[in-house]
Amino acid sequence: MITAGIDMGAKTIKVVVLRDGEIIGRAVTLAGFESREAAEEAYAAAVSEAGITVDEVERVVATGAGRGYAPHSGADVSEVASDARGVHRLFPAARTVIDVGAEEGRAIRCNEQGKVVDFALNEKCAAGAGAFTEAMSRALEVDIKALGAMSLNSKNAIPMNAQCAVFAESEVVSLLHAKTAKEDIARAVHDAIASRIVSLARKVGFKPDVVLIGGLAHNIGFVDSLQRALECEVLVPDDPEYIGAYGAALAAAEV
Amino acid sequence: MALREEAEVKAHYGYKDGAGDFFIIIDTDGCIRCEDRGCVTACPEGVFEIITDDYDDMVAAVVEEHRQRIKYSCAPCKPDRERPDLPCVTACAPGAITHSW
Amino acid sequence: MAEYWRWKEYRWHDEDKDWRDGELITGGVDVGSVSSQAVIVVDGELYAFSSQRTGSDSPESARKALDWALEGTGLTLDDIGFVVGTGYGRVNVPFSNKAITEIACHARGANFMYGPSVRTVLDMGGQDCKVIRCDERGKVSAFVMNDKCAAGTGRGMEVFADLLAIPIEEVGELSLQVEEEPPPVSCTCVVFAKSEATALLREGWPKSKVLAAYCSAMAHRVVTLLEQVGIEKEFAITGGIAKNVGVVSRLEHETGFKALPSKIDTQIAGALGGALFAQNLLKKKLSAA
Repeated sequence: MITAGIDMGAKTIKVVVLRDGEIIGRAVTLAGFESREAAEEAYAAAVSEAGITVDEVERVVATGAGRGYAPHSGADVSEVASDARGVHRLFPAARTVIDVGAEEGRAIRCNEQGKVVDFALNEKCAAGAGAFTEAMSRALEVDIKALGAMSLNSKNAIPMNAQCAVFAESEVVSLLHAKTAKEDIARAVHDAIASRIVSLARKVGFKPDVVLIGGLAHNIGFVDSLQRALECEVLVPDDPEYIGAYGAALAAAEV
Repeated sequence: MALREEAEVKAHYGYKDGAGDFFIIIDTDGCIRCEDRGCVTACPEGVFEIITDDYDDMVAAVVEEHRQRIKYSCAPCKPDRERPDLPCVTACAPGAITHSW
Repeated sequence: MAEYWRWKEYRWHDEDKDWRDGELITGGVDVGSVSSQAVIVVDGELYAFSSQRTGSDSPESARKALDWALEGTGLTLDDIGFVVGTGYGRVNVPFSNKAITEIACHARGANFMYGPSVRTVLDMGGQDCKVIRCDERGKVSAFVMNDKCAAGTGRGMEVFADLLAIPIEEVGELSLQVEEEPPPVSCTCVVFAKSEATALLREGWPKSKVLAAYCSAMAHRVVTLLEQVGIEKEFAITGGIAKNVGVVSRLEHETGFKALPSKIDTQIAGALGGALFAQNLLKKKLSAA
């Protein structure tokens, strides 16, 4: 059976195509200003990578903040449910899922069957999501892809007081003015957002195995800060940003 | 400093952001009458301290570092399930402490 | 490169007055995250003030603020009997005799600027937003301060001025040039509101409409803060955003309260309150001696 999952994220749209539970195609594109059009593009790309035609996809399920606008889909599932389903398939021992996307951070507790038991969100505030590190990388004039590695070279832990992305940007400028090493600032940035994510995790009572997904999982500096703050190992799958779409595609197969 | 005779200051510490309102409100009228200062030791995160305010009275306040992250500071006492009575509210004899969330 | 967020810095002193005739000369210095003000009061009357952007060093900003206020007056720090430091950087005013919170100083300053009938003071500063309830002597009875989130602050407005490439001093007026009031931007968070605004611009919204939507959201956000401590008339607004007619008019409309007008620059309220407190303290000091 061939199914597809579309994750209409705030910043990027991810599509995953499955044949009998195995990933045969996937694609990601920026949501931009016309998210439905972007989704069509991603869908076509994923289907093409799978070597099939659009008609061969039997069922499509959408998830993500913009799931109401997804093309092709017959149903939608919440992000929390997709995340849990996707992670559970890859990590059956997972009991806590942390998903940090561009605009929202989530902590999800699930049971042995992979069903959601509890969840908490960091929403509507850029400081609790990927938008924070992006804004800080601009303030530091460092490529977002290089920010993580840079922070791992830090020799000093310095505090970051601002709890708002806009104020943190001013704080970074002041720190740079005071000749603080960029590596140390980068580390402080990751520690700051990690501490907010950890509070979220504590709210649902996190339990190992802890799995991190979402775009920010690519940031090795953030992963390091998160592990230190949680005082426990954090597992990160390959292509962490696709797990939501993967979970939605799995849901499509079970309908 | 200025003379003080009547009702004292109701202080709201915390913040409002996209996610909601997170304030601890201290009715410092109660602090003036309080001897134990129970809030300071009752809070497991050390959120409270006693300060001398602008009018030279010793009153409770939320520690500076916690004010901008109060939602996170109080999170351990506010689990989603089986939430117990808040230790600070219970410890405050004059009943001066309230939480907006 | 044009800097749209950059508001005018300024100073003033009373040229009709000779401070040498004065008995009690006091100063107030308010070092905020975004702007710093210094005010000189002579025998209970406003004599001089300055307002400029805070630099990276607080003590230096305090010094510069005072020096600029004193410029051309012949007055020096030695002639000033007592200085109160306030604002976020109040502990870093090296020449101050005492630090007092901006809450108390704003209430006191507003009492002077707007008169003893003022009971609710809304201060929309560079990086914070506060509401202060006070009595007829300018004494605080309740306060709420929000300095965690950029929404409702000057920095939030600066981000928009920059986005739309409109000088910040023109933002308010421009936001009123709409035929019909648009719905407010849905995101409170400045970062997300900025994305939302970018999308609106792409849809063809004129800048005035985008500004109207943002000022409306900002006003609404502030109203909820006001409701937390309650509004009692008379209502007055201090701080930089008091000069933004786009936010003020929408605030007045939503609350049903008119903000009292002020002849004195709204940005100096904190420093002015500090200078007035300094006068009381100087009097006490002299009578005790």
